Amino acid sequence: MIYFNEVSKIYKDATALLDVTFTVEAGEFVSIVGHSGAGKTTLTKMILAEDVPTEGTVFFESINVHKLKNKDLTKLRRRIGVVFQDFKLLSNKTAYENIAFAMEAVGKTEEEIISDVPHVLELVDLAHRANHFPDQMSGGEQQRLAIARAIINQPELIIADEPTGNLDPVNTHEIVQILKKINDLGTTVILTTHNRGVIESVGKRVITMENGKIIRDTKHNK
Amino acid sequence: MAITTLKRIIRAGFLNFKRGGVVSWAAVLVVTITLSVITIIIFSQAVLRYSLNQIKDKVDVTIYFTVSAPEENILSLKSSLEKMPEVASVSYTSKDEALRLFRERHSNDYPTIQALDEIGDNPLGAYLNIKAKEVSQYESIANFLKTDDALVIGSTSIVDKVNYHQNKLVIDRLNNIIDGAQKLGFLITLILVIISIIITFNTIRLTIFISKEEIGVMRLVGASKMHVRGPFMIEGTIYGVVATGITMFLFLPATLWLGKNMTDFLGINMYDYYIANFFTIFAILLLSGIILGIISSFLAIRKYLNK
Repeated sequence: MIYFNEVSKIYKDATALLDVTFTVEAGEFVSIVGHSGAGKTTLTKMILAEDVPTEGTVFFESINVHKLKNKDLTKLRRRIGVVFQDFKLLSNKTAYENIAFAMEAVGKTEEEIISDVPHVLELVDLAHRANHFPDQMSGGEQQRLAIARAIINQPELIIADEPTGNLDPVNTHEIVQILKKINDLGTTVILTTHNRGVIESVGKRVITMENGKIIRDTKHNK
Repeated sequence: MAITTLKRIIRAGFLNFKRGGVVSWAAVLVVTITLSVITIIIFSQAVLRYSLNQIKDKVDVTIYFTVSAPEENILSLKSSLEKMPEVASVSYTSKDEALRLFRERHSNDYPTIQALDEIGDNPLGAYLNIKAKEVSQYESIANFLKTDDALVIGSTSIVDKVNYHQNKLVIDRLNNIIDGAQKLGFLITLILVIISIIITFNTIRLTIFISKEEIGVMRLVGASKMHVRGPFMIEGTIYGVVATGITMFLFLPATLWLGKNMTDFLGINMYDYYIANFFTIFAILLLSGIILGIISSFLAIRKYLNK
């Protein structure tokens, strides 16, 4: 589903990615682990074409994401749900509106929004928080809301970039369980983290990064 | 589909305005100030125009004819003057009328009246009073009088004197003053409008700067540019509409006060002028406010959209 082909990203005085090559198949759950600055976030930004590689190519199925025009890029991003460490919720919209906005963005009808939003809020256990604003919610709740927003349009891929970075162990466990549930339903998941405990509780393929390079990929070890 | 999107954008715009709280009202305040400046400029222009017209009205050229000048010649000159595009009006005062006015003016001046009676005959000639449309046009009217054949019978001119040449200096100077006042007025207007636009633009840019993160998030969620930009432009429109309402309302008591206390000084009653031109001013302000709001929002958000 995703193909990185000898991708390097070199900033003026730092190397973020060096000669990264790997493949993610549809339906996989891949954890990418590494210290801060190992290149995990840069890697996810490459898939979303938020950043341009210095060398190499990134494919989403047969699409070279860095060759896309603005309009097609919007279409690509609609096929990917993203969850961030800092949640990136719309602070002046309620929980309900945050999810509704993502549906509006892809042109869903009012009826679909009214029927789907409560359903997904139920799924992440936030039904009672529908009319609260993000700053009235706890970190765990905000992250669950962000996940709800990411999955509402049934994306083919979920990218979760350090989703548990700001959360306590209880909330971390909850988030991991939700992501696993999403993966079980057939959605590909890419999770980045620096937390070994998270990876152990996921128990799937792990790619380890250091200084912009992939130093270990459990897929090849099996 | 398009209508649904439009409806969502408008609803989001109103919601953003409502939730923006203090920031929204700060933007409204700045747009209100800009629109007030525009209103004050409209009023100043009216006062300036009125004052200049008053001055222009005091300027005229009078042709005094000799006592023996035949009336039909004077009337034919009058009709040819009236055909000139520069001439606003020509008024004819006959010999008898001139005498009556003279007597009236000197009714308390016994020796003069007595001297007039002694002469017996009417010593006064008829005259034509000419008003031009523009002060600058008196010169060409005076030149026309020099060349017109109707003014000469045989070898003697029927014109006694034309007071243009005595007034020339005053007319010229007045012309310069009017010209200067208009240019200065335009320049000040231009500068004030530009300053106001820049301040408004910057304020709206700041309100959007606050939402910079949100704009990025909206794009990541897959919202189209129009879906992100639309609500901000609606917000800009709301700033314009609300500010227009506030400005129009504020100028009611302001002009009422000016009308009561400053009419003599300004020459015109500001309240009457405001009421008489209420819808024109309303239209100008509404249009300026909305255009200012929309364009400022459009330009300000462009920076964050293309990331």
